[in-house]
Amino acid sequence: MQTNENPTAGTADPIVRFENVTKAFGELVVLRELDFSVAPAEKVTIIGPSGSGKTTILRVLMTLEKPNAGYIYVEGEPLWHKRKNGKLMDADEGHLRKVRGSIGMVFQHFNLFPHMTALRNVYEAPVHVLGMNKEQAIARAEDLLGKVGLADKKEHFPSQLSGGQKQRVAIARALAMRPKVMLFDEVTSALDPELVGEVLSVIRELALEGEMAMLLVTHEMGFAREVSDRVVFFDNGRIVEQGPPEQLFGDPQNPRTKSFLGATLRH
Amino acid sequence: MFDELVEFFDFQFALEILPQLLEGLLITVQASLVGFALAAILGLLMALGRRSENELIAQPVGAVVEFIRSTPLLVQLFFFFYVLPRYGLRLPPFIIGTIALGLHYGTYTSEVYRAGIDAVDTGQWEAATALNFSPVRVWTAIILPQAIPPMFPALGNYLVAMFKESALLAAITVNELLQTGQVIGTRTFRYLVPITMVGLLYLLISYPSSMIVRKLEARYAN
Repeated sequence: MQTNENPTAGTADPIVRFENVTKAFGELVVLRELDFSVAPAEKVTIIGPSGSGKTTILRVLMTLEKPNAGYIYVEGEPLWHKRKNGKLMDADEGHLRKVRGSIGMVFQHFNLFPHMTALRNVYEAPVHVLGMNKEQAIARAEDLLGKVGLADKKEHFPSQLSGGQKQRVAIARALAMRPKVMLFDEVTSALDPELVGEVLSVIRELALEGEMAMLLVTHEMGFAREVSDRVVFFDNGRIVEQGPPEQLFGDPQNPRTKSFLGATLRH
Repeated sequence: MFDELVEFFDFQFALEILPQLLEGLLITVQASLVGFALAAILGLLMALGRRSENELIAQPVGAVVEFIRSTPLLVQLFFFFYVLPRYGLRLPPFIIGTIALGLHYGTYTSEVYRAGIDAVDTGQWEAATALNFSPVRVWTAIILPQAIPPMFPALGNYLVAMFKESALLAAITVNELLQTGQVIGTRTFRYLVPITMVGLLYLLISYPSSMIVRKLEARYAN
């Protein structure tokens, strides 16, 4: 399947740009002066060993972790900073809310709201954050649940759904906010093997639709190869190597990439 | 044997004073419910205040909570009853009593809220951030609806405890159940029957209430 022929990928102004971003937890540095950007509609997969900081890239972008240094821009607008008299000051909650509105995220552990039905999980934010009319929001939530194959589960609570179904509801919930960039944080890692496929096929479809930029952290190498415009190998807080999937998987240049891919592809 | 019991415990007298005692019980129940409603609200505010990122809020709220929790309810009742009127604040004893109960038990319920809020998975906060909910909406629609139901047993225990401790309101002349029994005793010079009846009436409410709380505990276990 060819999805890496996206005409806009890599050409337009980046929708997300990291500039010298550093993040440390105590002594442990997980992002080291990271420079990184994503083009509109580009599908980027981040791979790398556990604990290499891949997930932190998504988390600082979703404003779940605050970087220690550096700048992140979303559609040219600084995320963690506010422009004031030509200077960049620390952003307040209002600014964060404004800028992160174009980002959506799907989590490893779904994080559905357990006290709400699948349907309400999906329409709650459009109604209360976007100010959408409730009937419209419900109709759209029903469409989205249909799109992820769960139209018949809309009245179910998360506890009544399988892991794969929960994750598909979580994808519908994130889509309902019409993000321009969607972050997928190891979304199949918590699933039983037989449920991985149904989630990946939903994401594959989204990738094919094309207009939304996607940033995925995953251990599913075959899937990464299939849906990505670009694959980034990340280790020890840095980008070690990146390129189109056929190049990175087919002809990796860096010895660390080679040994990582060798280790993962062997099993 | 029945005759001896009748001689010991005058049922006729008991029946005579029952309506009056029931009026006292009604006051006790009212004071407990109003006091508990106050405690539920104040406890939430105290818990949120202590969680505030603003130290100028968190520190003083914490200090007040610790102070109230560490001093006896009876002292607080006396303070409100005897001291406040000297500064021009005159309130009916029932109002003073319920406010003191609410404040005192608010410091206990605030701990229940704190534990309940901490028990909500961090993933819920993260999902709420990712969906860009306003802070008010995060609390009212996502965190509290998950935090509060598991708190029902602990809150219920405090309600039962407060119901019994509301007897302290007798000390500031509120005509609740114990005060009523005492007044009857003073008037008739007979204490055995009224005070026994008072105890039984407390039992009549608090025992079934504890049973309900225990049911709640079983339901919210895990």
